[in-house]
Amino acid sequence: MNVVLDNLGLYAEGIRTTVVLTLVSFAVALLVGTAVAAARVSPVPPLRAAGALWVEVIRNTPLAVQFVIFFFGFTKVGIQYPAFASSIIVLGAYTSAFVAETLRSGINSVAPGQAEAGRALGLRFSQLLGVVVLPQAFRTVAGPLGSVFIALTKNSSLASLISVLELTEVADRLNTATALPIPVFAGAAIGYLLLTLPSGWAVGYIERRVAIRR
Amino acid sequence: MSAPALVVLADELGPRGRRKVAIATALSVLALGFVGFVAVGRLQATGQLDAVRWEPLTQAAVLRFLLAGLLNTLRAAATAAALALALGLVLALGRLSRNPITRHLSGAQVEFFRAVPLLLLILFAGFGLPLYGLRWGPFWFLVAALTAYNSAVLAEIFRAGILSLDRGQREAAEAVGMSYWQSMMVVLVPQAVRRMVPSIVAQLVTLLKDSSLGFVVNYDELLRRSRSSGEFFHNPLQTLAVVAVMYIAVNFSLGRVAAWLESRQRRRPRTAAEGLPPPTQVVDPI
Repeated sequence: MNVVLDNLGLYAEGIRTTVVLTLVSFAVALLVGTAVAAARVSPVPPLRAAGALWVEVIRNTPLAVQFVIFFFGFTKVGIQYPAFASSIIVLGAYTSAFVAETLRSGINSVAPGQAEAGRALGLRFSQLLGVVVLPQAFRTVAGPLGSVFIALTKNSSLASLISVLELTEVADRLNTATALPIPVFAGAAIGYLLLTLPSGWAVGYIERRVAIRR
Repeated sequence: MSAPALVVLADELGPRGRRKVAIATALSVLALGFVGFVAVGRLQATGQLDAVRWEPLTQAAVLRFLLAGLLNTLRAAATAAALALALGLVLALGRLSRNPITRHLSGAQVEFFRAVPLLLLILFAGFGLPLYGLRWGPFWFLVAALTAYNSAVLAEIFRAGILSLDRGQREAAEAVGMSYWQSMMVVLVPQAVRRMVPSIVAQLVTLLKDSSLGFVVNYDELLRRSRSSGEFFHNPLQTLAVVAVMYIAVNFSLGRVAAWLESRQRRRPRTAAEGLPPPTQVVDPI
């Protein structure tokens, strides 16, 4: 256990990087994912096709493959970013596909009568979306979006593939240096539990708060 | 699937609406075309479209090398899937057990392995276990980590399926004199599994994708082979593109199977429980 206590600073550094990586990637994923979801429900066929292509290609290829393509493949066409920025781009793009699908299912889950009632009251399309449909959609997807966030926290461990010094990379390097895998990896696992368990509780709380009582 | 949302959100478009859509279509075609043009121009300018970079990928030997990697990926994924399904069911039953010790131990195991990144487990298996004298080799290290992680996720799916069944199912089973285990294995579990098929298949697709992490413990799978091939022929981008297409093809077919199973189930429910919509997804496969 000493190996963990001796390297608490390193673990804290790793946790900090994991948190920053997760938060920034999630912000990117929310922005891109909302745009993709909007494209997928829009009445414009090319946008719908482009959105569907984005989601299907990203969801059906492993995140590890995307990391390798972006970091080792795209340099060949002159697209090159530092490891940390690359991780944010890859994690953000990957998660955006799942955010888009979650939002879309939220929009589809709003009862048709709601929109019909809105139209019967004479709401314009933008009012209908902004006042009736999206608020309900966001409330139903609060829980699933929280799961996506927690999954992203865990997926951020793949940044260690390109040597970003986040929690998993800290454990990997400490293990190489000390050859004490059980305490070293247990330390990292506790770090992840400290991040994911409270996130889970927070998501559950928010989900109950915003739930639509019918 | 986007059609229903449209029907919900807007009436049949009038002449003005149709004109707007036509203009938006033209503009988006222009914008997407521009993006494509720039991308192709970039690939051209950097020589990535040159035949010499693609030619190796048409050689039978190279394709055989990559396909053998895909086969290794599928082998690890299938082994881990079988083990994870079995262990997941055991954990789900443990968590529903009336014995508090079993319940808490299963619960702790499920919560722990769900909360930890799979990559951490793979690294622990691959570089930790050998230090304790375990020499299983890359295949079993990868399978062990995949099983530990996915059994926890699948346990939650099984548990949600069992809990979603009507109480009457168990009560009826007990009323005809079945024991606890009989009612579980004959009445509850089969219905729960059938209801959760879409979630289970989605998780298995995730498992297959995750098996690409085997390359960190030097398991000779598709991603690893594509990297060595790409380095050898100086065409990493092209090789990775082909590998991505292989993954998409496999996962897309699995997705088709899931959709088919789901629609078949909805069309002819064999029991009362199957006619109901499945419970909301407990675990988002991502």
